[in-house]
Amino acid sequence: MADWYEARRYDVLVVGAGGAGLRAAIAAAEAGVKVGLVCKSLLGKAHTVMAEGGIAAALGNVDAKDSWEVHFADTMRGGQRINDYRMVEIFAKEAPERVYELERWGGLFDRTPDGKILQRPFGAHTYRRLCHVGDRTGLELIRTLQDRAVHSGVEVLMEVTLSRLLKDGDRVAGAFGYRREDGRFIVIGAKAVILATGGWGKVYKVTSNSWECTGDGCAMAYEAGAELMDMEMVQFHPTGMVWPPGVRGILVTEAVRGEGGILRNAKGERFMQAYDPKKLELSSRDVVSRSIYKEVEAGRGSPHGGAFLDISHRGAEYIKKKLPSMYEQFLKLADVDITKGPMEVAPTIHYVMGGVRVAPGEGASTVPGLFAAGEVAAGLHGANRLGGNSLSDLVVFGKRAGEHAARYVKGLDRAPRIDDGQADEERRLLLRPFDSGNTENPYELHADLQEVMGTHAGIARTGDGLRAGLDKILSLQERAERMRAAGSPLYNPGWHACRDVRFMLTLCEAILRSAIERTESRGAHWRLDFPDQDAGWGRKNLVVRRGDAGMTVSTRPVPEMPSGLARLLEATA
Amino acid sequence: MTEATLHVFRGDKTGGELRPYQVPLTEGMVVLDAIHYIQQHEDATLACRWNCKAAKCGSCGAEVNGKPRLMCKTRLDQFKGHPVTVRPLAAFPLIKDLVTDVSWNYRVNQEIPPFTPARDDTGPWRMYPEDVDRMFEFRRCIECFLCQDVCHVLREHDGTSRYYGPRFMVRIAGLEMHPKDTVSRAHLLRGRGGIGFCNITKCCEEVCPEEIHITDNAIIPLKERVADEYFDPWRALLRAFGGRREPRGT
Repeated sequence: MADWYEARRYDVLVVGAGGAGLRAAIAAAEAGVKVGLVCKSLLGKAHTVMAEGGIAAALGNVDAKDSWEVHFADTMRGGQRINDYRMVEIFAKEAPERVYELERWGGLFDRTPDGKILQRPFGAHTYRRLCHVGDRTGLELIRTLQDRAVHSGVEVLMEVTLSRLLKDGDRVAGAFGYRREDGRFIVIGAKAVILATGGWGKVYKVTSNSWECTGDGCAMAYEAGAELMDMEMVQFHPTGMVWPPGVRGILVTEAVRGEGGILRNAKGERFMQAYDPKKLELSSRDVVSRSIYKEVEAGRGSPHGGAFLDISHRGAEYIKKKLPSMYEQFLKLADVDITKGPMEVAPTIHYVMGGVRVAPGEGASTVPGLFAAGEVAAGLHGANRLGGNSLSDLVVFGKRAGEHAARYVKGLDRAPRIDDGQADEERRLLLRPFDSGNTENPYELHADLQEVMGTHAGIARTGDGLRAGLDKILSLQERAERMRAAGSPLYNPGWHACRDVRFMLTLCEAILRSAIERTESRGAHWRLDFPDQDAGWGRKNLVVRRGDAGMTVSTRPVPEMPSGLARLLEATA
Repeated sequence: MTEATLHVFRGDKTGGELRPYQVPLTEGMVVLDAIHYIQQHEDATLACRWNCKAAKCGSCGAEVNGKPRLMCKTRLDQFKGHPVTVRPLAAFPLIKDLVTDVSWNYRVNQEIPPFTPARDDTGPWRMYPEDVDRMFEFRRCIECFLCQDVCHVLREHDGTSRYYGPRFMVRIAGLEMHPKDTVSRAHLLRGRGGIGFCNITKCCEEVCPEEIHITDNAIIPLKERVADEYFDPWRALLRAFGGRREPRGT
């Protein structure tokens, strides 16, 4: 052990303290191993806090006909059947118990008149399925898990950024990073590492994601040799705020449509009647996003390039009770009273379906000792995620990853060794922006990469556009070698941004390379040059891994559903 | 294009000063937008915390023109062209610029006995809307700690060793009033929690971005609960002879 870093040691290190990380940490601690939990921000501020609409679980409290089978079928159909059916089955079966568990831990949901957990309708869910608390369900989930975790013996390290996984041979041995407060380096030895680092919406300019969503976990996993999957699948949420400029992209919950909100174009037409007459506003997110996009392209957009979403017919009292933060958000930030008139909305980058490829139900990546859960893991949502399925994903697979990591740790015959050389290499990379002679501003590079992704890998894609985007990202990667940071490592956002940009450029490359390969349109991936679904591609996932000569993309067969499950999809179609 | 003038505190433990910045104004701009502009175009070392930029995470608290506020929710147009000062929360030790050390709050939270239902009451529970409605207000708290910042006890009397502060009165109220919770925190409130130090000036309510009625709905009922438990002569007698737990309810 060297003297230039702070050293910590745990059995299981959980990276990220959103819903998945907290649930994983609790599960691992309950399994009796020593757990460290690292978060980039303060505890309780992770992006889960922004989840608004609810948590999907087939409790059948409002619609008694709901069951795990229907939830399974809805999720597979929403994901356009390239999801891993084994994950979806586990998910649909276990989500209800995870919701009741939240309640036993002090979480409080809106109630039905007879005292059960209330459930609301949401896009492409057959029945009313989303357990919720007004429009702040994510806050309830994170606060409940946070309080449970800190009383479960989990040690929390706040405001620590990890930037590299350490390895002992093929195995994970821990992670390296720094304390944001003062730049002090930290080496965390761990027998297993669970990545729960969320998504990378920040590679796009118009996004509902916070600054943290730079995909560190996914990029670290890639650099450590793990396989990534479905990277081309990036979700546009149909309704983000549009105006004023400072709020562009901020989420307008799907619960607005769940509670009866109507979408109209500039001519006042309820345009979803043309695109999905059956589900209308509650069609899946990919369909609604594309519909808004097409309306704008056809010249029927709202003044700032979106659509109008109107809930005012539900009455002021109802809106303030069921959508209090939407009411507040529009009133304070946009001078719009949503109880009186429509909001202006447009698609915003919201979620990544792709990520680290994991063993279904265990969360184990292809690197021994490395696990992933939540948004950073791939497989559950396929080509498009249904609203409300993310929160249940976090608790179902967070718990499982925690348990399996603890089991893995207990089965090890020796602890992995820390190699100071790897830590030192990363230290030098981190400190490089302080060298004189560097010229590139990380904020400018970040804006440039967002511009490239918005232009070339946005809602509508073409092969030529994607290839041109890839060229630009590769040249940005070269410029990123010369990023500059001023000042000292003391709480220095400009310096922090340098590592973020490197991570994001890796993920941009993975998105573009995968999107070029998939020559069809499916779910969130819409190719103007291949506008139809292709049955052959419907049997394949795209896998990205680090090769000797750079990033490689290959295909992998989608696991084939047993006939019993396949019949569920037909039965409820 | 018109510009806004911001005087932003720059410094660390060793000292600091307000520094002026000119920032171009756009429609609907908030203070956090201006801070981001400074980071991106003038000085990338300016430190501040933020996450959601939608008043849901409670990370970006600062004192804007002397009043604790969320920067993401504070519109610049309300200042009508007058200079705007932005300082860190004064109740907590400074780390750098607008970032303070709020870790004390997390240590307090850990001292509070968590939600504890009866062991054999495993649900699913029936809880009627009228039983839980009043608790939603407490659960709305986004832990921005603005109430802690403005609390006289914590801010001016260095009371962090005596009083948990309004945030944790709200937290405890949410636990104590939960129909399924079985633990009493009255002893904690009276002792380490220091509820007696609150003299109900309601400053905390004024700055709460979630508009939680901290004093009326959390602190006063908790004070009453403590008074009932410790100063009601009948209960004192019962306790002396029976030692039984008090029936619950406010």
